[in-house]
Amino acid sequence: MRVTISVEVNGTKHEREVETRTLLVHFLREDLGLTGTHVGCETSLCGACTIHMDGLAVKSCTQLAVQADGAKITTIEGLADNGNLHPMQQAFWDEHGLQCGYCTPGMIMAATKLVEDNPQATEREIREGLKGNLCRCTGYHNIVKAVAAAAKAGAPS
Amino acid sequence: MSVLGTSIKRREDPALITGKGKFTDDFSVPGMLHAVMVRSPHGHAKVNNIDSSAAAQAQGVVAVFTATELEATGIPGVIPTVWLLPGIKTPAHTLFATDRVRYVGHPVAVVVAETIHAAHDAAILVEVDYEPLPAVVDPKAAVADGAPQIWDEAPNNIAFDWELGDKDATDVAFAAAATTATLELRNNRILPHAIEPRAALAQWDAENGKLTLTMTSQNPHVHRLLMTIASLGLPEHKIRVIAPEVGGGFGSKIHHYADEAITAWCAMQTRRPVKWTATRSETNMTDAHGRDHWSTAGIAIDADGKIVGLRIDTHAAMGAYISTFAPAVPTWLYGTLFSGQYDIPAIHVHVLATFTNTAPVDAVRGSGRPEAAYAVERLMDAGAAAAGLDPVEFRRRNFIQPDAFPYQTQVALAYDSGNYLPALEKALAAADYDALRADQAKRLADSSGNAKLLGIGLSSYIEACGIAPSAVVGSLGAQAGLWESAKVRVHPSGSVTVYTGSCAHGQGHATTFSQIVSDRLGIDVDQIDVIHGDTEEVQFGMGTYGSRSAAVGGSAIVKSLDKVIAKGKKIAAHLLEAAVDDIEFEDSEFKVKGSPGQSKAWGDVVLAAYLAHNLPEDVEPGLEETSFYDPANFTYPFGTHIAVVEIDRETGEIELLRYVAVDDCGNQINPMIVEGQVHGGIAHGLGQALWEEAVYDESGQLLSGTLLDYALPRAHQLVSFELDHTVTPCPHNPLGVKGIGEAGAIAAPAAVANAVSDALISVGAEPIDMPFTPEKIWRALQEGGT
Amino acid sequence: MYPAEFRYHRASSVEEALDLLDRNPGAKFLAGGHSLIPMMKLRLAQPEVLIDIGRLDELAGVSANGDSLSIGSLTTHSEIASSPELRKHCPILAEAASKIADPQVRNKGTIGGNLAHADPASDLPAVLVALGATIQLRSRDGARAVPASDFFVELLTTSLAENEIMTAVEVPKLGAGTGSTYLKVEHPASGYAVCGAAAVVTVEGGTWTSASLAFNGVTATPLAALEVVEALIGSDATDQAIDRAVESRLSVPDPMSDLYASGEYRAALAAAYGKRALKSARDRAG
Repeated sequence: MRVTISVEVNGTKHEREVETRTLLVHFLREDLGLTGTHVGCETSLCGACTIHMDGLAVKSCTQLAVQADGAKITTIEGLADNGNLHPMQQAFWDEHGLQCGYCTPGMIMAATKLVEDNPQATEREIREGLKGNLCRCTGYHNIVKAVAAAAKAGAPS
Repeated sequence: MSVLGTSIKRREDPALITGKGKFTDDFSVPGMLHAVMVRSPHGHAKVNNIDSSAAAQAQGVVAVFTATELEATGIPGVIPTVWLLPGIKTPAHTLFATDRVRYVGHPVAVVVAETIHAAHDAAILVEVDYEPLPAVVDPKAAVADGAPQIWDEAPNNIAFDWELGDKDATDVAFAAAATTATLELRNNRILPHAIEPRAALAQWDAENGKLTLTMTSQNPHVHRLLMTIASLGLPEHKIRVIAPEVGGGFGSKIHHYADEAITAWCAMQTRRPVKWTATRSETNMTDAHGRDHWSTAGIAIDADGKIVGLRIDTHAAMGAYISTFAPAVPTWLYGTLFSGQYDIPAIHVHVLATFTNTAPVDAVRGSGRPEAAYAVERLMDAGAAAAGLDPVEFRRRNFIQPDAFPYQTQVALAYDSGNYLPALEKALAAADYDALRADQAKRLADSSGNAKLLGIGLSSYIEACGIAPSAVVGSLGAQAGLWESAKVRVHPSGSVTVYTGSCAHGQGHATTFSQIVSDRLGIDVDQIDVIHGDTEEVQFGMGTYGSRSAAVGGSAIVKSLDKVIAKGKKIAAHLLEAAVDDIEFEDSEFKVKGSPGQSKAWGDVVLAAYLAHNLPEDVEPGLEETSFYDPANFTYPFGTHIAVVEIDRETGEIELLRYVAVDDCGNQINPMIVEGQVHGGIAHGLGQALWEEAVYDESGQLLSGTLLDYALPRAHQLVSFELDHTVTPCPHNPLGVKGIGEAGAIAAPAAVANAVSDALISVGAEPIDMPFTPEKIWRALQEGGT
Repeated sequence: MYPAEFRYHRASSVEEALDLLDRNPGAKFLAGGHSLIPMMKLRLAQPEVLIDIGRLDELAGVSANGDSLSIGSLTTHSEIASSPELRKHCPILAEAASKIADPQVRNKGTIGGNLAHADPASDLPAVLVALGATIQLRSRDGARAVPASDFFVELLTTSLAENEIMTAVEVPKLGAGTGSTYLKVEHPASGYAVCGAAAVVTVEGGTWTSASLAFNGVTATPLAALEVVEALIGSDATDQAIDRAVESRLSVPDPMSDLYASGEYRAALAAAYGKRALKSARDRAG
């Protein structure tokens, strides 16, 4: 069965016909060509597919594209503002918060919401807040540093 | 000022943090088909029949292939083993299983369809008539009487029987020792678990007979070579392998697998591009796994607390087939490390490697060296206890002394350099070891009995990296040289492109290699590009693994840079009408020694090389040099790590409180990247120690095949690591570097194990083995704790 | 990874959802999707029809209802964890919801989907049993309320009938003198509860006047430790009383066993965490 959905992704409206069983992550990657959102597992446990959907961090591998009908979505490709890196992207770069980069988009998308929700997050809170995202390269050490740095950068001085 | 040794930010990152980095599955091309493998669901079974008719007729299906169709095309169709040992059995590893399946995951058929949905739907329709056979999954059980036989040509499932060292001398040492300690050790099987699953996109240009294969690879040239000689039979120059962004490897993307070769062959058959991407559970069941040892290990000590002998007897699982480099892992990358950081006069290592109805076992981060460090460092603690010494004091007494280098061990290796005590002392100071011991005692004295136990564990590890001197490994069974190549192309305007055979997948080579070039040529890093991962662009390469890229790949670049500078000097001498020997190159200028003002800038000399209007007679135009650097020896990074754990006496729950690491990888090109490598390695080792275990049931089902059961470390389970370093440069490569990618994975398991043992022994319980799950600890405390 | 095909309907009211269910026997409701979609990806579930109830605002949110609070079945775990009403009047539910999986899952997973899936290692069931919560169900034939203790029938099975939809969960407002705690031993891989202990206690004048204790993850359905509670009521609210009651009266019939933890160990965890949860709840009772 195919249905037509309409979604706004990174500020652009798209109307597409999709198979009902199409997962949101595949819709973003295959139909819209936004391959920055990655797939690392099949059990909703790695977080590589994390996006923002109507203001919430969501695992796009555990949503059907049809569920996103009418939604506003931001992917990693839409996080920078006119070429200016989001403070979280900048912090990941500054603090060496990535190595292979595969988990990075999901990690950054999760981290941006974490800091939005809790701008004064402690190290423990940052670690708890990232428990839905796996990284095999960094041991999380510099990811945690990056998130803390981004929180600090965003804090009103 | 040189950028060498400074923490410049990575040039790799802008693409990766904005979602622009392209990984294999991110590529789609017009007309592309999707391949889905039909895999054995049995650990061991006869295949009586495969009926693919229903699948072939399903909507959207273009073709269904099995071994029958593949064999009919006459290609070699196998996965080779490229490290051989005397007497080793290497049964034919065909791309598709034929009459028998020997592990869960081996492909028996492939469905190629217009959409990924259609391919998955049809894969279920392939009907395979299996006749299940008894299986054996444990390397010790595999050699027991009456065990199911996996290969006719390998009686008792023995793949090879290997030893190193002097058995007689070791036996004598044990007989004469004042005290000995023996341990039964388990080194748990782990999944490599790069976050990016394996994938391949094959494009076949039928008119030109040329295959382009984009794939998840740590060594594209090696994959191309193996595709040529063993799998596809296409001439090597008609295959282009591209490794785009690669989402972590940890060894798993070194090896050659059936899936990528089948995908390529499907593209040739259908004359359409074909993409295959493993699901997580597929990649977990087919990527080569790591470790899986059972060992009996012993240490013999004299009355002065000096080690007089060490021995180990290991059962190592190889899986159902001998994977690409698998034979080297439990032998030359393992047995050779049993001297550790210590002066041990007699060592004997015996390894019995067996076939099991499991995925093949091959290199995974550290490969062999973590298993060795685990055994040696656990023996050091057991030996210290037997000798009545503190583990720190026991290590101090037995370290190889700094004036003893180069040091010839009793297990083949000659350590080039080392200075072990300062690293230990630094780690102890950072951890405040005495305060930790005081805290531990205080908790034990707590009369309520509710205080959590504290465990403190040391791991003074050594590794052999910078893999590897070709002649040496050739004599040990490698069917390849393990040198590395580098081409330095200087463009007419003076900027540089480096083509390296190293193949980064997270290590940051583009950044560190440009630092090397910038340092040598005195040009800005922005003037330097680094190209890797494409067999069409790079001359040849052995790839990235074994902590070899800086030591071997980086040295190859230096060698080419030296040639560039030498040629530049000739040109400069000619232009300056000076003798070549009087020219020195410094700060990006060719200068006449002792004649200030007489010099030619880098750009002028480069341009002169390309204009070729005025060159010395024996100098060709252009400025481009290629080198193939073969190291003189392995490198020997070392260090001491300290883990501090806390154990709940009532429930056995364990928490990592602190982790201190002092490493010596020689000179550091980019300390930020070095630290990142250490962090990741530690997390990998902590994962093995505390959570990770690939478990098969008796029939060969992988029970921990998804993230629901296989526990990769998560942020909230770890702490921030406390790092420091010492610097003992490698004496035999031009950069003085040794490698750091595996150190943490090698050191951490023993550090945690010793910490857990320390806590258990403090209350009279017996040490246990990895992974240290709360239930295991709880049981140990129930059975033996006071 | 790729679900089988299905037909999809989006309901715009509870009535329509029930009509669709009536016309499509075997259809599954889709809310947050965080229990169902993973099952469909692995093809462990292959419903022919999905009825999307995700936009039924009438089923979302927390509202006060006299002495109780009503939580719409579409309320997400994040909303429960951060609900000021729940944090004030039923903090244990917010506490338990905040321990479910990870932030992204909590943002989409709903209380209704969670309970209907009835995973024994899930965090909410024992909490609801300890609270004496009621599950509100509706069908075209009318509405009914099922006590949480009767709702979970067996592993992955509830008393939700084929033609019913869950509309809300009702929990009591906990008054002064009542303390509550949910403690969890988390599976390191899946994040589910290896043992979750929920305690709700009331202490007056240093003695227990009411208490409940229930466990997730240990048995196939939430385990209510009724005998432990019986032994406590009327006795002094001391650590010793708790230890004695749990050690002598806690029985864990048929504990679950898996790769990570045996039944024997789960029972030991239940004893340890039962005590800890009771002590913490008592301390919180003030």
